[in-house]
Amino acid sequence: MLNISGINEGLVIDHIHVGDSMKLYSYLKLEDSDCCVAIIKNAKSNKMGRKDIVKIEGPLDIDINLLGAISHKLTVNVIKNGVIVDKVTPKLPDTVTNIIKCKNPRCVTSVEPNLSHIFRLTDKENAIYRCMYCEQQFKLTDIVENN
Amino acid sequence: MKHIISPLDLTAEELDDLLALAQKIIDNPEQYSKICDGMKLATLFYEPSTRTRLSFEAAMMNLGGKVLGFSSADSSSAAKGESIADTIRVISSYADICAMRHPKEGAPLVASQYSLIPVINAGDGGHNHPTQTFTDLLTIKSLKGRLDNIVIGYCGDLKFGRTVHSLVNALARYNNVTMYFISPEELKVPNYIREEVLKANNIEYKEVRTIEEVMDKLDILYMTRVQRERFFNEEDYIRLKDTYILDSKKMKLAKPDMLVLHPLPRVNEIAAEVDNDPRAVYFKQAKYGVYVRMALILKLLELA
Repeated sequence: MLNISGINEGLVIDHIHVGDSMKLYSYLKLEDSDCCVAIIKNAKSNKMGRKDIVKIEGPLDIDINLLGAISHKLTVNVIKNGVIVDKVTPKLPDTVTNIIKCKNPRCVTSVEPNLSHIFRLTDKENAIYRCMYCEQQFKLTDIVENN
Repeated sequence: MKHIISPLDLTAEELDDLLALAQKIIDNPEQYSKICDGMKLATLFYEPSTRTRLSFEAAMMNLGGKVLGFSSADSSSAAKGESIADTIRVISSYADICAMRHPKEGAPLVASQYSLIPVINAGDGGHNHPTQTFTDLLTIKSLKGRLDNIVIGYCGDLKFGRTVHSLVNALARYNNVTMYFISPEELKVPNYIREEVLKANNIEYKEVRTIEEVMDKLDILYMTRVQRERFFNEEDYIRLKDTYILDSKKMKLAKPDMLVLHPLPRVNEIAAEVDNDPRAVYFKQAKYGVYVRMALILKLLELA
Protein backbone atom coordinates (compact mmCIF):
# COMPACT_ATOMS: atom_id res chain seq x y z
CA MET A 1 0.00 0.00 0.00
CA LEU A 2 1.29 3.38 -1.01
CA ASN A 3 1.88 5.56 2.01
CA ILE A 4 1.13 9.25 1.85
CA SER A 5 1.45 11.24 5.01
CA GLY A 6 -1.50 12.96 6.64
CA ILE A 7 -2.13 16.65 6.22
CA ASN A 8 -2.31 19.38 8.80
CA GLU A 9 -4.78 21.73 7.13
CA GLY A 10 -6.79 21.22 3.99
CA LEU A 11 -9.13 18.73 2.34
CA VAL A 12 -9.17 15.03 1.78
CA ILE A 13 -11.62 14.22 -0.98
CA ASP A 14 -12.42 10.56 -0.60
CA HIS A 15 -14.61 7.97 -2.32
CA ILE A 16 -14.06 9.54 -5.74
CA HIS A 17 -15.26 7.31 -8.54
CA VAL A 18 -12.23 5.68 -10.17
CA GLY A 19 -10.88 7.92 -12.92
CA ASP A 20 -12.62 11.09 -11.75
CA SER A 21 -9.72 12.42 -9.69
CA MET A 22 -8.13 14.19 -12.67
CA LYS A 23 -11.46 15.86 -13.46
CA LEU A 24 -11.47 17.22 -9.92
CA TYR A 25 -7.86 18.31 -10.28
CA SER A 26 -8.75 20.19 -13.42
CA TYR A 27 -12.01 21.71 -12.07
CA LEU A 28 -10.27 22.95 -8.93
CA LYS A 29 -7.48 24.38 -11.13
CA LEU A 30 -4.92 22.69 -8.87
CA GLU A 31 -2.26 22.99 -11.55
CA ASP A 32 -2.27 26.74 -10.88
CA SER A 33 -2.32 26.33 -7.11
CA ASP A 34 0.59 26.48 -4.69
CA CYS A 35 -1.06 23.82 -2.52
CA CYS A 36 0.64 20.49 -1.96
CA VAL A 37 -1.55 17.93 -3.75
CA ALA A 38 -1.57 14.13 -3.70
CA ILE A 39 -3.66 12.18 -6.17
CA ILE A 40 -4.19 8.54 -5.34
CA LYS A 41 -5.72 6.47 -8.11
CA ASN A 42 -7.21 3.00 -7.88
CA ALA A 43 -6.92 2.77 -4.10
CA LYS A 44 -8.54 -0.27 -2.50
CA SER A 45 -11.94 0.41 -0.97
CA ASN A 46 -14.18 -1.92 1.02
CA LYS A 47 -17.22 0.08 -0.06
CA MET A 48 -16.39 0.74 -3.70
CA GLY A 49 -13.81 -1.88 -4.64
CA ARG A 50 -11.55 0.79 -6.09
CA LYS A 51 -11.61 4.53 -5.60
CA ASP A 52 -9.60 7.69 -6.14
CA ILE A 53 -8.54 10.07 -3.37
CA VAL A 54 -7.28 13.65 -3.61
CA LYS A 55 -5.48 15.25 -0.70
CA ILE A 56 -4.92 18.97 -0.73
CA GLU A 57 -2.72 20.64 1.84
CA GLY A 58 -3.40 24.33 2.30
CA PRO A 59 -6.26 26.80 2.16
CA LEU A 60 -8.66 26.35 -0.76
CA ASP A 61 -11.88 28.32 -1.14
CA ILE A 62 -14.32 26.04 -2.95
CA ASP A 63 -18.03 25.25 -3.00
CA ILE A 64 -17.95 21.68 -1.79
CA ASN A 65 -21.46 20.99 -3.07
CA LEU A 66 -20.35 21.50 -6.66
CA LEU A 67 -17.82 18.69 -6.30
CA GLY A 68 -20.74 16.28 -6.19
CA ALA A 69 -21.42 17.17 -9.78
CA ILE A 70 -17.95 15.99 -10.82
CA SER A 71 -18.13 12.65 -9.08
CA HIS A 72 -21.18 11.25 -7.38
CA LYS A 73 -20.99 9.92 -3.83
CA LEU A 74 -17.63 11.41 -2.91
CA THR A 75 -16.98 12.67 0.61
CA VAL A 76 -14.94 15.67 1.65
CA ASN A 77 -13.02 15.64 4.93
CA VAL A 78 -12.06 19.06 6.18
CA ILE A 79 -8.81 18.90 8.13
CA LYS A 80 -7.65 21.44 10.67
CA ASN A 81 -4.66 21.03 13.02
CA GLY A 82 -4.23 17.48 11.75
CA VAL A 83 -7.73 16.29 12.66
CA ILE A 84 -10.95 15.92 10.71
CA VAL A 85 -13.23 18.76 11.80
CA ASP A 86 -15.98 18.21 9.24
CA LYS A 87 -17.08 15.44 6.91
CA VAL A 88 -19.29 16.60 4.08
CA THR A 89 -21.21 14.68 1.47
CA PRO A 90 -21.90 17.16 -1.30
CA LYS A 91 -25.56 17.92 -1.92
CA LEU A 92 -26.41 19.51 -5.23
CA PRO A 93 -27.54 23.09 -4.63
CA ASP A 94 -31.04 24.06 -5.83
CA THR A 95 -29.64 27.23 -7.39
CA VAL A 96 -26.18 27.94 -8.74
CA THR A 97 -25.34 31.61 -9.22
CA ASN A 98 -22.31 32.89 -11.13
CA ILE A 99 -20.37 29.65 -10.75
CA ILE A 100 -20.97 28.45 -14.28
CA LYS A 101 -21.91 30.30 -17.45
CA CYS A 102 -24.75 29.57 -19.84
CA LYS A 103 -23.32 28.15 -23.07
CA ASN A 104 -26.41 28.85 -25.18
CA PRO A 105 -25.36 31.50 -27.72
CA ARG A 106 -29.01 32.59 -28.01
CA CYS A 107 -29.32 33.28 -24.28
CA VAL A 108 -29.67 36.87 -23.07
CA THR A 109 -26.81 36.25 -20.64
CA SER A 110 -24.48 36.30 -23.66
CA VAL A 111 -25.19 40.00 -24.33
CA GLU A 112 -26.71 41.70 -21.29
CA PRO A 113 -24.05 43.23 -19.00
CA ASN A 114 -24.08 42.75 -15.22
CA LEU A 115 -26.49 39.84 -15.43
CA SER A 116 -25.98 36.97 -13.02
CA HIS A 117 -25.78 33.50 -14.51
CA ILE A 118 -28.38 31.62 -12.51
CA PHE A 119 -29.14 27.93 -12.91
CA ARG A 120 -31.87 25.93 -11.20
CA LEU A 121 -31.73 22.24 -10.43
CA THR A 122 -34.55 20.52 -12.34
CA ASP A 123 -33.45 16.88 -12.23
CA LYS A 124 -31.60 15.80 -9.07
CA GLU A 125 -31.03 12.25 -10.24
CA ASN A 126 -29.05 13.30 -13.31
CA ALA A 127 -27.69 16.62 -11.95
CA ILE A 128 -29.52 18.58 -14.65
CA TYR A 129 -29.73 22.34 -14.31
CA ARG A 130 -31.63 24.88 -16.38
CA CYS A 131 -30.60 28.43 -17.10
CA MET A 132 -33.10 30.75 -15.45
CA TYR A 133 -33.31 32.91 -18.58
CA CYS A 134 -33.27 30.64 -21.63
CA GLU A 135 -34.23 27.42 -19.77
CA GLN A 136 -31.63 25.53 -21.75
CA GLN A 137 -30.75 22.40 -19.84
CA PHE A 138 -27.23 21.44 -18.93
CA LYS A 139 -25.76 18.51 -17.11
CA LEU A 140 -23.71 20.05 -14.34
CA THR A 141 -20.83 17.68 -14.90
CA ASP A 142 -20.54 18.93 -18.47
CA ILE A 143 -20.62 22.59 -17.60
CA VAL A 144 -18.24 22.52 -14.68
CA GLU A 145 -15.74 20.64 -16.78
CA ASN A 146 -16.01 23.08 -19.67
CA ASN A 147 -16.23 26.36 -17.77
CA MET B 1 -48.14 44.13 -11.08
CA LYS B 2 -47.97 41.08 -13.30
CA HIS B 3 -45.76 40.30 -16.31
CA ILE B 4 -46.35 37.65 -18.95
CA ILE B 5 -43.08 36.01 -19.86
CA SER B 6 -44.18 32.40 -20.30
CA PRO B 7 -47.62 30.95 -21.16
CA LEU B 8 -47.46 29.25 -17.77
CA ASP B 9 -47.37 32.60 -15.98
CA LEU B 10 -51.16 32.38 -15.99
CA THR B 11 -52.80 29.69 -13.92
CA ALA B 12 -55.42 27.53 -15.65
CA GLU B 13 -58.07 29.65 -13.92
CA GLU B 14 -56.49 32.95 -15.03
CA LEU B 15 -56.22 31.59 -18.54
CA ASP B 16 -59.90 30.67 -18.56
CA ASP B 17 -60.68 34.21 -17.36
CA LEU B 18 -58.55 35.69 -20.13
CA LEU B 19 -60.22 33.60 -22.82
CA ALA B 20 -63.66 34.43 -21.41
CA LEU B 21 -62.83 38.15 -21.52
CA ALA B 22 -61.57 37.80 -25.10
CA GLN B 23 -64.88 36.17 -26.00
CA LYS B 24 -66.78 39.06 -24.40
CA ILE B 25 -64.72 41.49 -26.48
CA ILE B 26 -65.51 39.51 -29.65
CA ASP B 27 -69.21 39.63 -28.79
CA ASN B 28 -69.28 43.32 -27.94
CA PRO B 29 -66.19 45.22 -29.13
CA GLU B 30 -67.78 48.68 -28.79
CA GLN B 31 -68.03 48.25 -25.05
CA TYR B 32 -64.24 48.13 -24.83
CA SER B 33 -63.36 50.69 -27.50
CA LYS B 34 -62.46 53.56 -25.15
CA ILE B 35 -61.40 51.70 -22.05
CA CYS B 36 -57.67 52.51 -22.54
CA ASP B 37 -58.21 56.15 -23.48
CA GLY B 38 -55.08 58.13 -22.49
CA MET B 39 -52.92 55.04 -22.05
CA LYS B 40 -49.92 53.94 -24.08
CA LEU B 41 -48.46 50.62 -25.17
CA ALA B 42 -44.73 50.55 -25.97
CA THR B 43 -43.75 47.96 -28.58
CA LEU B 44 -40.07 47.17 -28.13
CA PHE B 45 -39.21 45.00 -31.11
CA TYR B 46 -35.50 44.23 -31.33
CA GLU B 47 -36.06 42.01 -34.36
CA PRO B 48 -38.44 42.27 -37.31
CA SER B 49 -42.01 41.09 -36.90
CA THR B 50 -44.99 42.21 -38.87
CA ARG B 51 -47.99 40.45 -37.49
CA THR B 52 -47.14 40.25 -33.80
CA ARG B 53 -46.25 43.93 -33.59
CA LEU B 54 -49.23 45.08 -35.64
CA SER B 55 -51.48 42.76 -33.69
CA PHE B 56 -50.38 44.34 -30.41
CA GLU B 57 -50.75 47.82 -31.86
CA ALA B 58 -54.19 47.03 -33.29
CA ALA B 59 -55.21 45.60 -29.92
CA MET B 60 -54.23 48.77 -28.05
CA MET B 61 -55.84 51.02 -30.64
CA ASN B 62 -59.06 48.98 -30.50
CA LEU B 63 -59.10 49.70 -26.78
CA GLY B 64 -58.77 53.45 -27.38
CA GLY B 65 -55.11 53.62 -26.36
CA LYS B 66 -52.04 54.80 -28.23
CA VAL B 67 -48.81 53.07 -29.21
CA LEU B 68 -45.14 54.00 -29.45
CA GLY B 69 -41.99 51.98 -29.97
CA PHE B 70 -39.40 50.69 -32.39
CA SER B 71 -39.36 47.79 -34.80
CA SER B 72 -35.71 46.81 -35.02
CA ALA B 73 -32.66 46.95 -32.81
CA ASP B 74 -30.97 49.24 -35.35
CA SER B 75 -33.50 51.98 -34.71
CA SER B 76 -33.23 51.70 -30.93
CA SER B 77 -30.60 52.65 -28.40
CA ALA B 78 -29.56 48.99 -28.35
CA ALA B 79 -27.49 49.87 -31.43
CA LYS B 80 -25.48 52.17 -29.15
CA GLY B 81 -24.99 49.35 -26.70
CA GLU B 82 -27.67 50.20 -24.14
CA SER B 83 -28.61 47.31 -21.89
CA ILE B 84 -32.12 45.87 -21.73
CA ALA B 85 -32.25 46.84 -18.05
CA ASP B 86 -31.57 50.52 -18.80
CA THR B 87 -33.93 50.61 -21.80
CA ILE B 88 -36.88 49.27 -19.83
CA ARG B 89 -36.22 51.61 -16.89
CA VAL B 90 -36.55 54.52 -19.29
CA ILE B 91 -39.53 53.14 -21.24
CA SER B 92 -41.33 52.64 -17.91
CA SER B 93 -41.59 56.43 -17.75
CA TYR B 94 -43.09 56.72 -21.22
CA ALA B 95 -45.78 54.03 -21.37
CA ASP B 96 -48.25 52.11 -19.24
CA ILE B 97 -47.48 48.65 -20.59
CA CYS B 98 -45.00 47.17 -23.03
CA ALA B 99 -44.61 44.26 -25.42
CA MET B 100 -41.07 43.10 -26.11
CA ARG B 101 -39.69 40.92 -28.86
CA HIS B 102 -36.00 40.10 -28.66
CA PRO B 103 -33.76 37.62 -30.47
CA LYS B 104 -32.09 36.61 -27.21
CA GLU B 105 -33.86 34.06 -25.05
CA GLY B 106 -34.79 35.38 -21.63
CA ALA B 107 -34.56 39.08 -22.60
CA PRO B 108 -38.18 39.87 -21.58
CA LEU B 109 -37.52 38.19 -18.22
CA VAL B 110 -34.57 40.54 -17.72
CA ALA B 111 -36.82 43.47 -18.66
CA SER B 112 -39.48 42.38 -16.17
CA GLN B 113 -36.90 42.43 -13.36
CA TYR B 114 -36.31 46.16 -13.85
CA SER B 115 -39.63 47.36 -15.24
CA LEU B 116 -42.15 49.55 -13.48
CA ILE B 117 -44.85 48.62 -16.03
CA PRO B 118 -46.21 45.21 -17.07
CA VAL B 119 -43.99 43.46 -19.63
CA ILE B 120 -45.46 41.09 -22.20
CA ASN B 121 -43.08 38.73 -23.94
CA ALA B 122 -43.83 39.05 -27.66
CA GLY B 123 -41.33 36.31 -28.53
CA ASP B 124 -37.78 35.72 -27.30
CA GLY B 125 -35.68 33.80 -29.81
CA GLY B 126 -36.71 30.18 -30.02
CA HIS B 127 -37.95 30.21 -26.45
CA ASN B 128 -41.40 31.54 -25.48
CA HIS B 129 -44.18 33.31 -27.34
CA PRO B 130 -47.05 33.37 -24.84
CA THR B 131 -49.46 35.58 -26.78
CA GLN B 132 -49.26 33.24 -29.77
CA THR B 133 -50.19 30.43 -27.41
CA PHE B 134 -53.11 32.43 -26.01
CA THR B 135 -54.16 33.10 -29.63
CA ASP B 136 -54.03 29.39 -30.42
CA LEU B 137 -56.00 28.52 -27.30
CA LEU B 138 -58.66 31.16 -28.01
CA THR B 139 -59.00 29.88 -31.58
CA ILE B 140 -59.47 26.30 -30.43
CA LYS B 141 -61.79 27.28 -27.56
CA SER B 142 -63.96 29.51 -29.76
CA LEU B 143 -64.19 27.16 -32.71
CA LYS B 144 -64.22 23.81 -30.91
CA GLY B 145 -65.94 24.95 -27.72
CA ARG B 146 -63.40 23.19 -25.51
CA LEU B 147 -59.72 22.77 -24.70
CA ASP B 148 -60.02 19.35 -23.10
CA ASN B 149 -60.86 16.08 -24.87
CA ILE B 150 -59.02 16.95 -28.05
CA VAL B 151 -56.58 15.18 -30.35
CA ILE B 152 -54.00 17.55 -31.75
CA GLY B 153 -51.24 16.96 -34.29
CA TYR B 154 -48.25 19.28 -34.52
CA CYS B 155 -46.50 19.23 -37.88
CA GLY B 156 -43.24 20.65 -39.24
CA ASP B 157 -40.41 22.15 -37.26
CA LEU B 158 -41.02 20.79 -33.79
CA LYS B 159 -37.42 21.25 -32.67
CA PHE B 160 -37.05 25.01 -33.03
CA GLY B 161 -40.75 25.93 -33.23
CA ARG B 162 -41.40 27.84 -30.03
CA THR B 163 -45.13 28.11 -30.78
CA VAL B 164 -45.39 24.34 -30.64
CA HIS B 165 -43.45 24.06 -27.38
CA SER B 166 -45.61 26.71 -25.74
CA LEU B 167 -48.86 25.17 -26.94
CA VAL B 168 -47.80 21.71 -25.78
CA ASN B 169 -47.06 23.18 -22.35
CA ALA B 170 -50.39 24.98 -22.19
CA LEU B 171 -52.55 22.08 -23.40
CA ALA B 172 -50.81 19.66 -21.06
CA ARG B 173 -52.85 21.25 -18.27
CA TYR B 174 -56.16 20.10 -19.76
CA ASN B 175 -57.76 16.68 -19.42
CA ASN B 176 -57.71 13.98 -22.04
CA VAL B 177 -55.57 15.74 -24.63
CA THR B 178 -53.81 13.40 -27.07
CA MET B 179 -50.85 14.73 -29.05
CA TYR B 180 -49.21 13.55 -32.26
CA PHE B 181 -45.84 14.98 -33.30
CA ILE B 182 -45.33 14.87 -37.04
CA SER B 183 -41.81 15.82 -38.09
CA PRO B 184 -38.62 14.64 -39.77
CA GLU B 185 -36.07 13.03 -37.49
CA GLU B 186 -33.92 16.20 -37.58
CA LEU B 187 -36.73 18.43 -36.32
CA LYS B 188 -38.22 16.24 -33.60
CA VAL B 189 -39.64 17.80 -30.46
CA PRO B 190 -36.81 18.37 -27.92
CA ASN B 191 -36.17 15.80 -25.26
CA TYR B 192 -37.07 18.11 -22.39
CA ILE B 193 -40.60 18.53 -23.78
CA ARG B 194 -40.91 14.76 -23.93
CA GLU B 195 -39.57 14.20 -20.41
CA GLU B 196 -40.68 17.24 -18.43
CA VAL B 197 -44.02 18.00 -20.07
CA LEU B 198 -45.45 14.95 -21.82
CA LYS B 199 -44.26 12.17 -19.53
CA ALA B 200 -44.48 14.30 -16.38
CA ASN B 201 -48.15 15.07 -17.12
CA ASN B 202 -49.00 11.58 -18.38
CA ILE B 203 -49.98 12.95 -21.77
CA GLU B 204 -50.79 10.37 -24.38
CA TYR B 205 -48.51 11.11 -27.34
CA LYS B 206 -46.86 9.58 -30.36
CA GLU B 207 -44.11 10.74 -32.72
CA VAL B 208 -44.70 9.93 -36.39
CA ARG B 209 -43.04 10.77 -39.70
CA THR B 210 -46.03 11.43 -41.99
CA ILE B 211 -49.22 13.46 -41.79
CA GLU B 212 -51.21 10.72 -43.52
CA GLU B 213 -50.83 8.13 -40.78
CA VAL B 214 -52.62 10.23 -38.16
CA MET B 215 -54.77 12.66 -40.18
CA ASP B 216 -58.10 10.85 -39.60
CA LYS B 217 -57.61 10.95 -35.80
CA LEU B 218 -57.06 14.69 -35.45
CA ASP B 219 -59.40 17.39 -34.14
CA ILE B 220 -56.68 20.00 -34.68
CA LEU B 221 -53.74 20.05 -37.08
CA TYR B 222 -51.19 22.65 -36.03
CA MET B 223 -48.91 23.38 -38.97
CA THR B 224 -45.60 25.22 -38.58
CA ARG B 225 -43.05 26.77 -40.86
CA VAL B 226 -39.53 25.48 -41.14
CA GLN B 227 -37.82 28.74 -40.22
CA ARG B 228 -34.68 29.75 -42.06
CA GLU B 229 -33.46 31.94 -39.18
CA ARG B 230 -33.40 29.02 -36.74
CA PHE B 231 -30.83 27.10 -38.80
CA PHE B 232 -27.10 27.59 -38.54
CA ASN B 233 -26.66 25.81 -41.84
CA GLU B 234 -28.36 26.88 -45.11
CA GLU B 235 -28.03 23.39 -46.62
CA ASP B 236 -30.03 21.83 -43.79
CA TYR B 237 -32.74 24.44 -44.26
CA ILE B 238 -33.07 23.85 -48.00
CA ARG B 239 -33.12 20.08 -47.55
CA LEU B 240 -35.89 20.14 -44.94
CA LYS B 241 -38.13 23.11 -45.78
CA ASP B 242 -40.44 21.32 -48.21
CA THR B 243 -40.73 18.11 -46.23
CA TYR B 244 -44.25 18.48 -44.92
CA ILE B 245 -46.72 20.19 -47.19
CA LEU B 246 -50.45 20.12 -46.51
CA ASP B 247 -52.60 19.91 -49.66
CA SER B 248 -56.19 19.05 -50.63
CA LYS B 249 -55.35 15.39 -51.06
CA LYS B 250 -54.20 15.10 -47.45
CA MET B 251 -57.19 17.17 -46.28
CA LYS B 252 -59.51 14.49 -47.71
CA LEU B 253 -58.23 12.12 -45.02
CA ALA B 254 -59.26 14.48 -42.21
CA LYS B 255 -62.45 14.65 -40.17
CA PRO B 256 -65.08 17.06 -41.55
CA ASP B 257 -64.74 19.24 -38.45
CA MET B 258 -60.97 19.13 -38.07
CA LEU B 259 -59.33 22.56 -37.85
CA VAL B 260 -56.03 23.57 -39.44
CA LEU B 261 -54.14 26.17 -37.42
CA HIS B 262 -50.88 27.90 -38.31
CA PRO B 263 -49.09 30.67 -36.39
CA LEU B 264 -48.19 32.35 -39.74
CA PRO B 265 -46.36 33.46 -41.77
CA ARG B 266 -46.84 30.53 -44.08
CA VAL B 267 -44.24 29.84 -46.75
CA ASN B 268 -45.30 26.78 -48.69
CA GLU B 269 -46.13 24.21 -46.02
CA ILE B 270 -49.84 24.71 -46.72
CA ALA B 271 -50.79 24.72 -50.39
CA ALA B 272 -52.89 27.73 -51.43
CA GLU B 273 -55.67 25.34 -52.50
CA VAL B 274 -56.31 24.54 -48.83
CA ASP B 275 -57.12 28.18 -48.01
CA ASN B 276 -60.68 27.83 -49.29
CA ASP B 277 -61.37 24.74 -47.20
CA PRO B 278 -63.66 25.79 -44.31
CA ARG B 279 -61.45 23.78 -41.96
CA ALA B 280 -58.51 26.10 -42.68
CA VAL B 281 -58.83 28.67 -39.90
CA TYR B 282 -55.36 30.23 -39.83
CA PHE B 283 -56.52 33.63 -41.06
CA LYS B 284 -59.34 33.66 -38.49
CA GLN B 285 -56.69 32.71 -35.97
CA ALA B 286 -54.81 35.94 -36.73
CA LYS B 287 -57.96 37.88 -35.86
CA TYR B 288 -58.32 36.00 -32.59
CA GLY B 289 -54.75 37.14 -31.88
CA VAL B 290 -55.91 40.75 -31.69
CA TYR B 291 -58.81 39.91 -29.37
CA VAL B 292 -56.72 37.88 -26.98
CA ARG B 293 -54.08 40.63 -26.83
CA MET B 294 -56.83 43.15 -26.08
CA ALA B 295 -57.97 40.92 -23.22
CA LEU B 296 -54.40 40.52 -21.96
CA ILE B 297 -53.72 44.27 -22.00
CA LEU B 298 -56.92 44.85 -20.01
CA LYS B 299 -56.03 42.16 -17.48
CA LEU B 300 -52.47 43.42 -16.97
CA LEU B 301 -53.63 47.02 -16.65
CA GLU B 302 -56.27 45.76 -14.21
CA LEU B 303 -59.04 47.35 -16.24
CA ALA B 304 -61.19 44.22 -16.52
